[in-house]
Amino acid sequence: MTDLVPVLIDGIIYASYLFIIAVGLTLIYGVMKILNMAHGSLYALGAYVTATLVGAWFSHGLNPYGSFALPLLAAILVGLVAGPIIERGLLRFMYGNDEIVLILVTYALLLILEDLIKLVWGVESYSAYQPYGLLGTFEVAGLPYTKYDAILVGVAVSVGVALTWGLARTRQGKLLLAVIHDREVSAAMGINVQRVYLVTFTIGTILAALAGALIAPKVSVVPAMGVEVIVLAFAVVVIGGLGSLPGAALGALIVGLVGSAAVHYLPQVELFSIYLVMALVLIFRPKGLFSAAEARKI
Amino acid sequence: MTAADRTLPALSLALQVFLIGGWFLPDWAQSLLILAFGKGLVVLGLLLLIRTGLVSFGQGLYYCLGAYAAVSASKILAFPDLMSDALAMPLFGGVVAGVLGLVLGFLLARYRAIFFAMLSLAFSMILYGLLIKMSVLGSSDGFNIDYRTLAGIKLPDGMKLYALYALSTLLVFIATACLHRYLRSHLGRLAPAVRDNELRVEYMGSSVRYVVHVNYIIAAVLAGVGGGLVALSIGHIDPDLAYWTTSGEFVFVAVLGGTGNVAAPVLASLLFEWIKSAAYQYAPYTWQMVLGITLLLVIMFLPAGLWSIFQRRAREA
Amino acid sequence: MNTKLPRQLGFWSATILVLASAFGAVSAAAQENPVKIGAVTFLSGAAAGPFGVPARNGAEIIVEAMNAGQLPAPYTAKGLGGAPVQLAFTDEAGGTTKQVNEYRNLVQRDNVDMVIGYISSGDCLAVAPLADELKKLTVFFDCGTPRIFEDASYKYLFRTGATATMDSVAAALYVTELKPSLKKYAGINQNYSWGQDSWNDFEAAMKVLKPGVEAATSQMPKLLAGQYGAEISTLLTSHADVVHTSFWGGDAEALILQGAPRGLFQKSTVVMTAGEPTLVRLGSQVPDGTVIGARGPFDVFAPDTELNRWFRKAYEDRYGVVPSYPAYKMAQAILGVKSAWEKAQAANDGKRPSEDQVIAAFEHLSFEGPGGKVEMALGKGHQAMQGTAYGIAKNAGGKITMVNVKTYPATKVTPPDGVKSDEWIKSGFKAGK
Repeated sequence: MTDLVPVLIDGIIYASYLFIIAVGLTLIYGVMKILNMAHGSLYALGAYVTATLVGAWFSHGLNPYGSFALPLLAAILVGLVAGPIIERGLLRFMYGNDEIVLILVTYALLLILEDLIKLVWGVESYSAYQPYGLLGTFEVAGLPYTKYDAILVGVAVSVGVALTWGLARTRQGKLLLAVIHDREVSAAMGINVQRVYLVTFTIGTILAALAGALIAPKVSVVPAMGVEVIVLAFAVVVIGGLGSLPGAALGALIVGLVGSAAVHYLPQVELFSIYLVMALVLIFRPKGLFSAAEARKI
Repeated sequence: MTAADRTLPALSLALQVFLIGGWFLPDWAQSLLILAFGKGLVVLGLLLLIRTGLVSFGQGLYYCLGAYAAVSASKILAFPDLMSDALAMPLFGGVVAGVLGLVLGFLLARYRAIFFAMLSLAFSMILYGLLIKMSVLGSSDGFNIDYRTLAGIKLPDGMKLYALYALSTLLVFIATACLHRYLRSHLGRLAPAVRDNELRVEYMGSSVRYVVHVNYIIAAVLAGVGGGLVALSIGHIDPDLAYWTTSGEFVFVAVLGGTGNVAAPVLASLLFEWIKSAAYQYAPYTWQMVLGITLLLVIMFLPAGLWSIFQRRAREA
Repeated sequence: MNTKLPRQLGFWSATILVLASAFGAVSAAAQENPVKIGAVTFLSGAAAGPFGVPARNGAEIIVEAMNAGQLPAPYTAKGLGGAPVQLAFTDEAGGTTKQVNEYRNLVQRDNVDMVIGYISSGDCLAVAPLADELKKLTVFFDCGTPRIFEDASYKYLFRTGATATMDSVAAALYVTELKPSLKKYAGINQNYSWGQDSWNDFEAAMKVLKPGVEAATSQMPKLLAGQYGAEISTLLTSHADVVHTSFWGGDAEALILQGAPRGLFQKSTVVMTAGEPTLVRLGSQVPDGTVIGARGPFDVFAPDTELNRWFRKAYEDRYGVVPSYPAYKMAQAILGVKSAWEKAQAANDGKRPSEDQVIAAFEHLSFEGPGGKVEMALGKGHQAMQGTAYGIAKNAGGKITMVNVKTYPATKVTPPDGVKSDEWIKSGFKAGK
């Protein structure tokens, strides 16, 4: 009795998670042309900080509902500290290098961050489970789902809407779009590209950490969680089209729904369904589903 | 340029030094060298791709396939005699990898930059997923392999390791020398031209896609042979050979060495294995950080790879 | 811009790195008298927290007490027959390619006297032939695949922990005794050898024990997936009486955290074959009624002996948590080596025994670990046989106790020597007692 409703709901919950991970990655790529492999480590950092905060919150016996603010706090904390340090301290020396070299720079960063996290938190698992079960469950088609997962969907939608609005309607956003479109001309027009980069990378870091922070209550925070997630995020972003916001949303939905359908109907192919989708999409749409037409520069 | 002309004599000198010197090395050092040589072959293929302007984050596909092909042939098709041969196995691995490279090349030759990297990554991960599913091949645990002969000659126990070492040294020499010649051929010289400006290559009357395709196949064959060698040296294969981190490591080594010379990937591979082993020994809790910092230092201070040290000295001399 | 300075810096930092390592290699040259043991366990990655670090801690506790002569009887002699023991830890992370070379380095470069270690079955399979090739006493303490001694035989290799077959067979026995009228069962296991083998053994055992009862669904999420929403939905809709899982570490914890609020653990009896470390880590969050295994008579299932009491106290005093099964299994491996060593030494007129003498003494050895008696009865005397136990976690307001504990003697859950595990299960546990 596998009807379609649970497949859709499971798929959408999974897609929301994927979207929050992927959106920061695609934003940074869109503006800075860096496919940030350390994104996964920043995600893990968000999860670890959340676990620590939630642990402290409950050991002090504070109002449990207040703990819902902690993931957001952790994300902003990680973003505002790690973002500028990485961008100002490392990445700015690397601009102008080949895209592949930039990937390797962030790969090196990933290796360093993984061990740094290990030095701070050790290899033991952490959990921040309290918020996850706090709100209880609701039923759809006879199956219980947690309300926390519903919040996750809500956050994903809000992040998507906020970013779309921010890019289209605010001055900062328009500056960003200008830089995405043509960095050199933007700089010539007097846009402070350096600052745009700093802001973009910080926002991207906050989003990465937010994904980890939101997921922390439903998983066990362990080493290697960031490495596991990075290829997943890559796949989503590549399927949707690198640097495209609606692309990330569509990519997340496709991967989420395909993954969920595989689990329900064909558990055997679940392991590599995502790569199959990625290969198929790239074969028929070599630059992903949403790719801006590039101006040819000669 | 005089510096470049010295490559072939230098390579054959290195071959002699490694062949004779290896005899006196302890077993663990010989194994480390075989591993470095095998992986060096994969990176050699990457060098060719990078010169063509392409970086593959999926060479693990061919590396793994090369390792599995030979062994599966002996396991499933039952050619125990032929397929327990230290020479036949890597070569067969190379052939199988080359055939898949030929097929996938029709598709991948249309891709560039990050999309090429990602699509090749996707293919390697699909192989990884398939192998995990195949319990007949041991799933994620993989299985053990062994070799008994070299080119049909039965190997006594005390000679097995050195025979494999000598074989890998010889294969690396042949591969580097041939690639060096190839890079100087008409087709080989088109590689950097494709990287710099595809339109010009097309206007000159050459097919960009053909150049990319050929180079892609060569890289696949090299990765297949390398995978076969590593499999023999380790005595065990498993799907991790196709995992994306394995491919990432090859790109790491390629950047470490630079693309200045065909010897660079092999030297970088040697250095990398050695750094990694030393880091494991002296920093068992922070070896990843050691690798990360090494990579950053190379990118920052030697953007053209370690080979640029030699080049600079050659220029200054 | 001055580009020369950074380049020089790069050159010199590379040079210093080279010199530092070369110097280190020289200074690490061997010292003769103590027994140097290379200990290999996960120090990084996902398996470090649940397995690698408890195992390392267990090794440190045992070796320190052993060197000080503070172990309870029968292990009161200092070190190994008087010779002090040095531990050199290596990280097991990095895959089989890395591990095979590191093993070579341990044996041939660092000249260890023996190697104890390996949690991953893949690493064990890869290292096994090398132990005989390099002629170095090697003891596997944890990895579970029965393939090691069922597909080959070795002289220098021993395994002091039972195979994973036991875990699945005992789990099937336990649930069929617990729920004689069960109609459907399901599984959720990680998609790699450990999970696949665990499920296959469990399913095969269930077919023998409950013919006609079918598996409703077998979910195989990716290792370290962390998100099990869709899997939990299918398990809930499968209406299975029993759900089998061999999840470990973070995955096991995530399954509990995501499954418990959705009622998975109330709706079905969930059997966690490797659940005991999760019990240690997650404590009060383990849902009432979960069936827990410890891959042997360890921790909550350990016998009340002086050795066990000492081990638990020493471990808790130092690390602030109870020792989980990997710590027990590591302690067991070291004590097995100690027993063999001292038996060989006694036969050698009290002189330090040779490696061959230790091996001869180790074969078919019977010794006492903190988890009870271990018999090296399989694989021509190289593979341990040990019973196991399962029990139900009773969660009374966050306090966990084990109820309905059942122990299974080794002969009931392990095939006799020379019989392959999967054939033994399919034959209906023939030749087993």
